[in-house]
Amino acid sequence: MDQWKNFTKGFIKENPIFVLVLGMCPTLGVTSSAINGLGMGLATAFVLMMSNIVISLVRNVIPEKVRIPSFIVIIAAFVTVVQLIMQAYVPALYKSLGLFIPLIVVNCIVLGRAEAFASKNNPVSSAIDGLGIGLGFSFALVLLGSIREILGSGKIFNFTIYPENYVTLIFVLAPGAFIVLGYLIAFINRMKKA
Amino acid sequence: MSYIIIILSAVLVNNIVLMQFLGICPFLGVSKRISTAVGMAGAVAFVMVLATIVTYLIQNYVLNRLGLAYLQTIAFILVIAALVQLVEIILKKASPALYQALGIFLPLITTNCAILGVAILTIQKEFNLLEGVVYAISNAIGFGLALTIFAGIREHLDLQNIPKGLKGTPIALITAGILAMAFMGFSGLV
Repeated sequence: MDQWKNFTKGFIKENPIFVLVLGMCPTLGVTSSAINGLGMGLATAFVLMMSNIVISLVRNVIPEKVRIPSFIVIIAAFVTVVQLIMQAYVPALYKSLGLFIPLIVVNCIVLGRAEAFASKNNPVSSAIDGLGIGLGFSFALVLLGSIREILGSGKIFNFTIYPENYVTLIFVLAPGAFIVLGYLIAFINRMKKA
Repeated sequence: MSYIIIILSAVLVNNIVLMQFLGICPFLGVSKRISTAVGMAGAVAFVMVLATIVTYLIQNYVLNRLGLAYLQTIAFILVIAALVQLVEIILKKASPALYQALGIFLPLITTNCAILGVAILTIQKEFNLLEGVVYAISNAIGFGLALTIFAGIREHLDLQNIPKGLKGTPIALITAGILAMAFMGFSGLV
């Protein structure tokens, strides 16, 4: 039961984007379509889970003082793994996510979970925590990506909903990212109070 | 001429914060007062230029020579983390006044994606060292410009009567969106 709670907290209660407001750069940068959001979310979830497991395994070996640099190197190693895998198997997605894949290294969510959870808990809970938060992040990215894609290009997952003549282009451009996320967080704050 | 295009493009047209979404965390985090925003912009400019030079040299004279280009991400983040530490130590000894002004912002910079982003972009765009430095400086100016304007707007927002649900992050994001719209006006420039 506890593990289940540990897993689900990432979706709403401790959602990294809507509640903690962490990892804003990829959130805003890649969500011009739902599929990009999903790809970015899953890549981050993989890095988050693997780095959580490894950090939890070595947590008693690493001296307190070099903790953060060691975490960053472990995270960077898994980011490189993801980079190479994506380059090989999904080159189109890799290209459209571009710079934001190597930038998973400096995503505050990953380092935040390493510091706040994995460095204090056993590997199993850390893996579940990483997966939960990672999927919560993906969920938020897909939601944001879908809204922007529907409003901005009349499609969802490349499936046309209404003709292109009626779209509001601004939502797939840069300003749309800020505005949609702003209203989404306001909406979630409102729901939480009710 | 190409330098002017690099500068205009990085400062206004493809503004690093508002158009490329790099460095959003400090953009939202330290933009409540103009004075802190200026301090942060200064620290970022300093580290960004240094980091771009060092990572450029490492990429071209170490990683590429040894055929280790795939280690780019790991190497760059280590260099940046070490550089930030080094700058902190040197500033503390050499210029306590500057350290006082920038000190608290320096540790935050390691995880500022704008620094790593510009370092990687310089390599991707295949700039030479001088172009890379110009690119880094203009991005730093672009970052400072966006941050200071945004901080100015937020100082005024504090005095306004904002609907309860929009207070804090939501209104900040919507403001940033409108600011980004304003910057889109520059898009025909280059």
